[in-house]
Amino acid sequence: MARIGVFICHCGENISATVDVEKVAREAEKLSGVGYAMDYKYMCSDPGQTKIIEAIKEHNLTGIVVGSCSPRMHEATFRKVAEKAGINPYLCEIANIREQVSWVHPKSDATTQKAIDIVRTLVQKVKRDSALFPIKVPVTKTALVVGGGIAGIQAALDIANAGHQVILVEKSPSIGGHMSQLSETFPTLDCSQCILTPRMVEVAQHPNITLHTYAEVESVSGFVGNFDVKVRLKARSVDLSKCTGCGTCWEKCPNKKIPDEFNAGLSFRTAIYTPFPQAVPNKPVIDREHCTWFLKGKCGLCAKNCPTGAINYDTQDEFIDLKVGAIVAATGFDIKHTDFFPEYGYGQFKDVIDGLQFERLASASGPTGGEIRRPSDGEIPEKIVFLACSGSRDKAKGIEYCSKICCMYTAKHAMLYKHKHHEGNAYIFYMDIRSAGKNYDEFVRRAVEEDDVHYIRGRVSRIYEKNGKLIVKGVDTLMNAEPIEIEADMVVLATAVVANQDAESVAQKMHISYDKHHFFAEAHPKLRPVETNTAGIMLAGACQTAKDIPDTVSQASAAASKVIGLFSADEMTREPVIAVVNRMMPPQFTTCTGCLLCMEVCPYHAIEREEIKDRRTGEILKVAAKVNAGLCQGCGTCVAFCRNKSIDLQGFSNQQMLSEVMALLNKPF
Amino acid sequence: MKIGFYPGCSLESSSKEYSTSLFAVAEKCGVTLEEIKDWSCCGASAAHSLSHDLSIALPARTLALAENQGMTEIVIPCAACYGRLAASQQAIINDEKVHQRIEGYIDLKFAGSIKLLTIFEFLQKYIFPVADQYIVNKLNQKTACYYGCLLARPKDLTKLKHPESPMEMEVVMEKAGATPVDWAFKTECCGAGFSMSRTDIVAKLSGKILEDAADRGADSIIVACPMCHSNLDLRRPEIKKQIKRDIDIPVLFITQALGLSMGIPAKDLGLDKHFVPTGNTVSCIVKKEA
Amino acid sequence: MSEFEPKIVAFVCNWCTYAGADLAGTSRTKYASNVRIVRFPCTGRIDFMLLMKAFENGADGVIVSGCHPNDCHYTSGNFHARRRWIVFRSLLDFIGFDTDRITFSWVSAAEGNKWASLVNEVTDKMKAKGPFTDLDKLDCSKLKQLHDETITE
Repeated sequence: MARIGVFICHCGENISATVDVEKVAREAEKLSGVGYAMDYKYMCSDPGQTKIIEAIKEHNLTGIVVGSCSPRMHEATFRKVAEKAGINPYLCEIANIREQVSWVHPKSDATTQKAIDIVRTLVQKVKRDSALFPIKVPVTKTALVVGGGIAGIQAALDIANAGHQVILVEKSPSIGGHMSQLSETFPTLDCSQCILTPRMVEVAQHPNITLHTYAEVESVSGFVGNFDVKVRLKARSVDLSKCTGCGTCWEKCPNKKIPDEFNAGLSFRTAIYTPFPQAVPNKPVIDREHCTWFLKGKCGLCAKNCPTGAINYDTQDEFIDLKVGAIVAATGFDIKHTDFFPEYGYGQFKDVIDGLQFERLASASGPTGGEIRRPSDGEIPEKIVFLACSGSRDKAKGIEYCSKICCMYTAKHAMLYKHKHHEGNAYIFYMDIRSAGKNYDEFVRRAVEEDDVHYIRGRVSRIYEKNGKLIVKGVDTLMNAEPIEIEADMVVLATAVVANQDAESVAQKMHISYDKHHFFAEAHPKLRPVETNTAGIMLAGACQTAKDIPDTVSQASAAASKVIGLFSADEMTREPVIAVVNRMMPPQFTTCTGCLLCMEVCPYHAIEREEIKDRRTGEILKVAAKVNAGLCQGCGTCVAFCRNKSIDLQGFSNQQMLSEVMALLNKPF
Repeated sequence: MKIGFYPGCSLESSSKEYSTSLFAVAEKCGVTLEEIKDWSCCGASAAHSLSHDLSIALPARTLALAENQGMTEIVIPCAACYGRLAASQQAIINDEKVHQRIEGYIDLKFAGSIKLLTIFEFLQKYIFPVADQYIVNKLNQKTACYYGCLLARPKDLTKLKHPESPMEMEVVMEKAGATPVDWAFKTECCGAGFSMSRTDIVAKLSGKILEDAADRGADSIIVACPMCHSNLDLRRPEIKKQIKRDIDIPVLFITQALGLSMGIPAKDLGLDKHFVPTGNTVSCIVKKEA
Repeated sequence: MSEFEPKIVAFVCNWCTYAGADLAGTSRTKYASNVRIVRFPCTGRIDFMLLMKAFENGADGVIVSGCHPNDCHYTSGNFHARRRWIVFRSLLDFIGFDTDRITFSWVSAAEGNKWASLVNEVTDKMKAKGPFTDLDKLDCSKLKQLHDETITE
């Protein structure tokens, strides 16, 4: 028999100014099933809470309703109070008579009546609440980090240093990502590889990290704490245990005309190769799509010359199965490479290049040994024009967002050019300068004041080639919209940061959401920026949105901390407001007919197919749906879908919702 | 096959040769063009700078007349006229309130769904399928195809495949046996309506266009817009004075160039109506090998 | 004669519309007091028969409101709710129910003012329509006819 306690709060004057709180308490006491009702000035205060606890004990209350502010404010507070008093915290409901009554209606009988109606409704709900207990789910304390750029490296190191096992999977032959392609990093002009490579080595040598390069995630199933991941280890054609990284094979390789991805297409590489000299692991792979042996069955020079016999053309892709408790998605970004700017001659004129290509020119390990030279004739350019915002912030090009890093790296590029070639002239056409980080604006000022970089506020309408020069036609909006024409020797476009080509398929494999630009979606843009809507999968780095290195490293450490938190107990505790498929005695077992429609609509893939078997013979008696308590987030979509109401949501059950509606309209139920 | 035809003001007068050559080519290929009866001005730039409704109503009248005269497709060779009629059609189709208001102004009922063809769409659809049997000559020269502004903008209405670097004219010129040059001023402004009020601006802008074409070795410039033609042809003396260079490259309408390749006599294509003599273009022509 | 005050039941989702209504509260935006909210975790949870129950038991108008498309806290619940509504609305129309008595909307947690306007709008609309008394006028024979026709195939 229910004995509900009703506690109406005055909230100072916030509620009592417009609602007759004493009357609300009096009316509540009359309701069937209510054993006690009171009103008090500040229910959430210490004395207020004490009063509730005393009342529960004195009157043997089986559940409570607190008429107060929104449950979004203090539901957790009052649930703890109930727990302290010895009743299950889920037998406590909040009647919102402040935000949704006293604050929005004038003092009147109608307002008080509304408060009475709402309290009555919640009393009916709590009478049908069942005691719920937090759900425990076991956790595998191994993390998977997908992507070996600076984000993945940082996350892996943080998790490994906390004492947990990490598996790092990277799709290219070496870890390092785009940061390894950079020459110097803003705002310090640190040599990028110098600060990156020690971390790369640390990852390779860390006892808690297992590194798989030239590998991709094939499939992900399971749920938080218990993921089953299949990884494809692509065939390197090189036995890592035998290879010493001596380099004989790529010296001998006759196929030297493959565009080098690491040098952004500015030079060529061989078919058997390591991406760059500091690669980790520093052992080559054979690019089977371009290798003569794999295309035509001829050559084989590398195998013939390998001193340790490490090369094996017959190796196949291998698959490994991993069990992990959490996943960090750190798959990074790409920049727009295509010829989507015909008016700039990008893709048509050799000396119109993008930001990454300029990085390679500036880099000491690049195709020109660190000298800025024109790709067309190898001459040193006397005038370079940099175009910021090439594609970003441009609805017509389909990219409305800002790519964040370009203002800074364009300033950096201009400065590097001037440092290497003092007599040269650098012009930057910009729309705005976004240099909001620490020491960022000072960096841009340096470019202007110390390195004499000319900033022109305006856009460029066209670039064409004439007599070996690139004619850049732009406008200077700060000089009365004066058209400007510059005869440049080289043009660098700060093209937009975009998601990787395969970002969509990677996201789908991991069952995480992504936006229309294929950037991965965070759980909440403000308050949950490193988690996804899929429990157990975190985000780090530019795969979520364009960002610079400091923010990437911060986010990677944040993602790692979420993983470490997840691993801090052997079992995970979850809120028990979940869906449950009914179960009863044999021979019926359940009213569920196994249509499994609920399985299709669950956004979290939390419903499984269960075979109910005869315990002795193993014969399948019935197929039904089963909710995975670890995954269910309690939305209730399945409940509304179920044709015969076999699945119900605890805390918002069918009986409860019906009783609320009837109570609202003051009808018996 | 009968297709509706909207000349607009320019094709009646200053660019009559565009109309003449279009009809000559169409006739040769067995396509009949029927001029819309009682058509009126499209409004050009005057209407839309004065009143939004006027700029829709004026072209709408023509659309309504064409529809009520039983036409399903109309070709509009003039770039500006096409732009205005297409913009008017879009405004009417997108908003029923606008549709009804305009019907009130012009006192004609119409659905507004008639298909509008640019000169390129017309050539692609009706001339190209049969052109090969009529093309007997090769133009045998380098041509710079000049689109100017309105053939390429706004890109939703003009429907060019690559509005920043179009190739529609080049395709036609290749068919006519010419070699289109790759040049930098395909879609740069010629000075447009400043022809009368600020001829110096036209001289400067058109001068740049002419210079680049000449520097790239073009023997002729091909246009498909009466304004472009007028600025590059009629204003040649002012241009020469501005750029201090004697460039005598003739400017031909695309239909004139196509007509020459089909063996139609120069006079029937209105080539005598130009200010810059077109004799060189004609003399370059050779017979196409069988 | 006292003015008719319609009874309006609002079925809303916890994360967006309920929060939006709370925001209207914190902003002290005043609106008509005819509405009573029933809180659901997600609009996807709403069984539309509950709407019928509400009308059956004295409601004059109903509001169903959740997160904007693509913003659902549970990613897709509101899409299901929308689809369900579209089918349900056709069904109601078929049996002669005045579907104008049900208002389907999206109110985000930041749209306190929108919630207040919505409530006022619906209240005014229901006031103009008068009390709901058409339950017995609904023609369910059409439904039976449709059912019989379909089953005989």
